[in-house]
Amino acid sequence: MIPFLALVRKDLRLFFGDRRAVVVGLIVPIVLASFFGYLFGGQGGQQETSRMPVLVIDQDGSAISGAVVAQLGSDKNLEVNSSTLDEARTQVRKGKARAAIVIPKDFGSDAGRAFFAGGKKPEISLLYDPSHSMEMNMVQGIMTGAVMQAVSKEMFSGQSGREMVKESIAQLDANSQMTPAEKKSLRDLLGSVEKWNEQQADQPAAGGAPAGLTIPFESRQEAITSGTEEKYNGYAHSFGGMGVQFILFMGLDVGIRLLLLRQSGLWQRLRAAPLSRSMLLGSRTVSAALISGFILLVLFSFARLVFHVRIQGSFLGFLGVCAAFSLMTAAFGLLIAALGKTVEATRGYAVMATLIMVMLGGSWVPTFVFPQWLQKVTVVVPTRWAMDGLDGMTWRGLGFSEALIPIGMLLLFTVLFGVLAVMSFRWETES
Amino acid sequence: MLEVKALRKNYGKIAAVDGISLRADSAQTIGLLGPNGAGKTTTVSMIAGLLPPDSGEVLIDGSPLRGDTDPVKRKIGLVPQNIALYDELTALANLNFLGALYGLSGAGLKRAIGEALDLVGLTDRAKDKVATFSGGMKRRLNLAAALLHDPQILLLDEPTVGVDPQSRNAIFDNLETLKKRGKTLVYTTHYMEEAERLCDRIIIIDHGKVIANDTLHGLHRMLPVTNLLAIELESPDHFKPEPLLALPEVESAEVKEGVLKVGLHNLTTGAPSILRWLAESGHSYQHVTSERPDLETVFLTLTGRTLRDS
Ligand SMILES: Nc1ncnc2c1ncn2[C@@H]1O[C@H](COP(=O)(O)OP(=O)(O)O)[C@@H](O)[C@H]1O
Ligand SMILES: [Mg+2]
Repeated sequence: MIPFLALVRKDLRLFFGDRRAVVVGLIVPIVLASFFGYLFGGQGGQQETSRMPVLVIDQDGSAISGAVVAQLGSDKNLEVNSSTLDEARTQVRKGKARAAIVIPKDFGSDAGRAFFAGGKKPEISLLYDPSHSMEMNMVQGIMTGAVMQAVSKEMFSGQSGREMVKESIAQLDANSQMTPAEKKSLRDLLGSVEKWNEQQADQPAAGGAPAGLTIPFESRQEAITSGTEEKYNGYAHSFGGMGVQFILFMGLDVGIRLLLLRQSGLWQRLRAAPLSRSMLLGSRTVSAALISGFILLVLFSFARLVFHVRIQGSFLGFLGVCAAFSLMTAAFGLLIAALGKTVEATRGYAVMATLIMVMLGGSWVPTFVFPQWLQKVTVVVPTRWAMDGLDGMTWRGLGFSEALIPIGMLLLFTVLFGVLAVMSFRWETES
Repeated sequence: MLEVKALRKNYGKIAAVDGISLRADSAQTIGLLGPNGAGKTTTVSMIAGLLPPDSGEVLIDGSPLRGDTDPVKRKIGLVPQNIALYDELTALANLNFLGALYGLSGAGLKRAIGEALDLVGLTDRAKDKVATFSGGMKRRLNLAAALLHDPQILLLDEPTVGVDPQSRNAIFDNLETLKKRGKTLVYTTHYMEEAERLCDRIIIIDHGKVIANDTLHGLHRMLPVTNLLAIELESPDHFKPEPLLALPEVESAEVKEGVLKVGLHNLTTGAPSILRWLAESGHSYQHVTSERPDLETVFLTLTGRTLRDS
């Protein structure tokens, strides 16, 4: 026990004595995690999402098209400016505007006719920035609402609407596709609209102008996380992600140091002492795991104090995930030391492996934005389980039982890496 | 007591150690002398249990080393060829750690560290980081670190490489002290002066094989030439040494840098007849000295190469 403790204490001393390692291990991930957390949603719902810049080209200039433009302008998600077609194309191409909406000539009259009687539907063109194609759906939705409202309002109360209703009634007689019964029903409907319109014109708006047809609902989005009063905290994910990344690099460093140690006289001294191999490797595993645990603790304490990140789920589960990930990292370090030959080459390969693991594990970008197939494939990446576990225990607020699978998977990787490392470790000294 | 029997170790086709045997008793210093690559470190590593031999055995007080955790390892203290200390830690922290590897703790560890630092004269630098030490101080601490668990056998692998003459003398004094305390010392080196000065018995190895194993005295007796007479001639340029070889006592004769060197079997009878011959043939001289041949000559005689350039 004395040698084991001495070995662990020595590793901790060396780590904490090396300012550079501590800075890299603590301050850099804190800075990066703060930055990423701010970018990806911050503390949830507190800041304004920025309005999307959209251009409108009104080639019609009718009352209806004017109403559509006004309706778009009043939407809280859009920042609408009018423009010309050429100018709009340039702006969208440069990424200055997300989309441009082109309202063609005769839109007002065509839309009005098409509203009741079918007829030729006018075309609205949408020019959009392909790098923001997801937002396209949103613009389209807003536009549909705006057009619907503007056109229907004009039909039921506007001057041109009245004319168009009359025109639609006249056209009914010429329509050969409808049965007489259908024609009668529609004539009755249009007649009522005409009567309504006349009344509106005689005694304008007692309780404000009728608004026309509006989308009969408004949507409210609520992110589903641990509790209704707590919202998604982007910092919870970013601190977990950066913690995982930097701890992996720490594990890599453990491996490289062990590789260097094996080429030094100190290794001969360690081997000359009556110590078992499992004690030599085991103590390194324990010290690396303690350092990892410490790094996670500091990162999450910082996140809690500064960004109000809470462990919403099981605290025990959180500790379990941290411990399992720390062990996995230590075993990863041993594996590097076991497989590596020259320090330079090993560092190169190991950095690459680490970055890939970090990327696929969802430390940079959460895995839920990965395509489905990638989400399935990344179950073979140990960091994925660390991130799932940390996310689950922090902002998702899941219970201890949900931590069991990530912990189990991480321990599985620990055993796998550990066994590989011990099997391929070269114990003989190199002079 | 340390006994090594027919140790062998191959690295691929290289026979790093090719049947080395030796024996070392207490209060004795055994020197392993050989050029770089002779197999000294490999031999020491096998003795310390770092490296399993291909064949042969190592007996410590009659019992072989079995496994990594064999308590017999406590009887051995290893001073590795490369300085084996953590630069980033203080001398004290290093010794605390290395002592704990042998299970030392508390007052016992403290006493052991005190004694070791005292022996190598580093007590006042105990709280300084090893990184601030000179090469000589690091070498001394490297020695101290092997003494903490009070081993009976000390394996010293080139413990004075890169050391100033003062520190080297200090280390030699330390080793003399340890020998007086009854320790068994195995000292590897490629400096013949070190082996000559320190060792009771010298084992010369080359290409993994023992080529000589004797006391310094015994090694000298192995030489065909036992004494060298060096004569500084007045006019060495035109001197021809060949006629000297006709004299019965003369083994060799050559002129090197203005000095006539004559090898003699017997100084008592040889020296007067040489000097007489010189006087009679009209060669005057200014200065005469006699030299013992050194281990360099022994190595040269045995291998045809010098220690340095092999
Ligand atoms: N780990 C190793 N792998 C391959 N060859 C080695 C290894 N260690 C030593 N050797 C070779 O064995 C021979 C003896 O080396 P060594 O014992 O270090 O010599 P010395 O200590 O006398 O300088 C040398 O030829 C060296 O190159
Ligand atoms: Mg050597």
